[in-house]
Amino acid sequence: MPAKTPEQINEDLLRPLGGASARYLTALAFFAGIVIAAFCAFGWQVYAGIGVAGIRRPVFWGFYITNFVFWIGLSHAGTLISAILRLANATWRRPVTRCAEVITVFALSIGATFPVIHLGKPWLAFWLFPYPSERGLWPNIRSPLLWDFFAINTYLLGSVTFLLLPMIPDMALIRDRATGLRKKIYSVAALGWRGTPKQWHRLESAMQIMAIAVIPVAVSVHSIVSWDFAMAPVPMWHSTIFAPYFVAGAIFSGIAALIIAMALLRKFLHLEEYLLRVHFENLGKLLLVMSLLWFYFVFAERLTAWYGNEPSEMTVFWVTQTGSYSPLFWLMVFCNFVVPFPILAIKKLRTITGTVIASIGVVIGMWLERFLIIVPSLSHKYLPYSWGTYRPTWVELTITAGTFAAMAMLYMLFAKTVPIISIWELKAKEHPTSDHAPALAQTAEEGAD
Amino acid sequence: MPALNSIYGLFLDPDAAERGMNALRAAGVAPENILVMSAQPFDDYSFTHAGRKTVMPWLATLGGLVGGTCGFLLARYTQVAYPSITGGMPLVSPWPTAIVTYELTMFGAVMTTVITLLITARLGRRRPAPYDPEISNGKILIGALDPSDAERADLERRLLSAGAERVKST
Repeated sequence: MPAKTPEQINEDLLRPLGGASARYLTALAFFAGIVIAAFCAFGWQVYAGIGVAGIRRPVFWGFYITNFVFWIGLSHAGTLISAILRLANATWRRPVTRCAEVITVFALSIGATFPVIHLGKPWLAFWLFPYPSERGLWPNIRSPLLWDFFAINTYLLGSVTFLLLPMIPDMALIRDRATGLRKKIYSVAALGWRGTPKQWHRLESAMQIMAIAVIPVAVSVHSIVSWDFAMAPVPMWHSTIFAPYFVAGAIFSGIAALIIAMALLRKFLHLEEYLLRVHFENLGKLLLVMSLLWFYFVFAERLTAWYGNEPSEMTVFWVTQTGSYSPLFWLMVFCNFVVPFPILAIKKLRTITGTVIASIGVVIGMWLERFLIIVPSLSHKYLPYSWGTYRPTWVELTITAGTFAAMAMLYMLFAKTVPIISIWELKAKEHPTSDHAPALAQTAEEGAD
Repeated sequence: MPALNSIYGLFLDPDAAERGMNALRAAGVAPENILVMSAQPFDDYSFTHAGRKTVMPWLATLGGLVGGTCGFLLARYTQVAYPSITGGMPLVSPWPTAIVTYELTMFGAVMTTVITLLITARLGRRRPAPYDPEISNGKILIGALDPSDAERADLERRLLSAGAERVKST
């Protein structure tokens, strides 16, 4: 494939921004319908009370907190992966970073709503915030739930700016081509960008600093989410392994989500010349490493609990290994390891389709993992008389479905508003001089599917 | 407006733009009056080397220190203002205090970076400045600000001989 000119790159990547096909609008309406249904379910919960959800003694954390942990974990797809690749100066990252960073912002926003949904009285959510109330009450800063407030907000700020800053030059590009109201909107978004050397240097410096800052923040976020559990003396929760286990799981599910999103974008926005097989293969290799790491963590956790032979822990252990939760446990192992391992380990199977199949398995498996961390432990605490069960109601199921639909809907809207591949970053390796090889063409030849 | 008084050439490739830059320097255009704009960063070329020095990392560090200090004071004050002993921990517990301090350190660093970028890259300013939308199509703009009428013809000739696809005056 010959090297693309800047005009061709502009043309290809700005094409999805114009007009909306009937297929696009139908899909959008479908997802919007599910989101509206979720809002109605939430409205009913607010009206009728939290009792309409399935959470009750002893399982007070059900689907809502499962979803919270799942979505916060999924948010590690973008900013963290993008920042690592940016610092490592991995040139193949360029078409991938924005697809990934968008997942972070939306997944984090969706995840952050669940503690509020879970409250039952969402209008009192501000009680979580550290502010001097007239009653002299302050939130207990020793509670990990309050650490979430700081960690998630810091990560959200970092992720939003990490997404928005490199969008500025692309906004200027659209501004220069748009007319009427669109021009006005994109002019505001471009912040007067002109592409002077000073602006480029400052932007690159800022991105470098952000990349350095956002990696430890991302690690801290999911560590803190894990400490919501690990700080409590609940069987199978009070473990030092939880923080790295959660972080690894978050990156694992994040990469899987990114692969699925990239495959959909590639197909529906016709980005075959930009999202190449080599991108899926490289991410597939990362997913393989994370699958092995996940399996190692699960094995280490289970082995330690088994050797400890502590009665309450063993109750939860056996209920997940052979008891009522065992079908879900083994389905999780199947989805997170049995399916992805051979697909991703065998080069012939590590195709675009292969990595997508493995990723779908991982997303399902990681949701199950979050559920299995929360519910079996809470339903089998120390004293058998307090044991119980948990069944989600239609309210929880609808809200859960609504969050997946919201993710799809927001992603679709974003892809229609902003180039989903960073145009200037893609061009930055395309200096059409004798000294600078046309890297895109080279990569395309290497990675053509 | 003086800022809009300029002459510039649009170059198709960075090598030609480099020659255009050298031509302007040879013509005696002061470095602060040389205009450069592009749709991508050409870090390997000297025509983009102006304005590289930045205090942004230092400011980000300072912002982090301020954020961290605020975090520590908030965490400490919160625990002292509503004294509640939890789990046998001291009133001002080191671990939670460290976590809040850490998160607000990063918050401060990120905020300072963004603010520094907006200010030092002069983003969001409404003052008119020379610009050409053709930059978006990959052209590189090299030009001079505030040239005298006598200089214009000479600069135009130099830019064209350096390989400018077109020369424009504003």
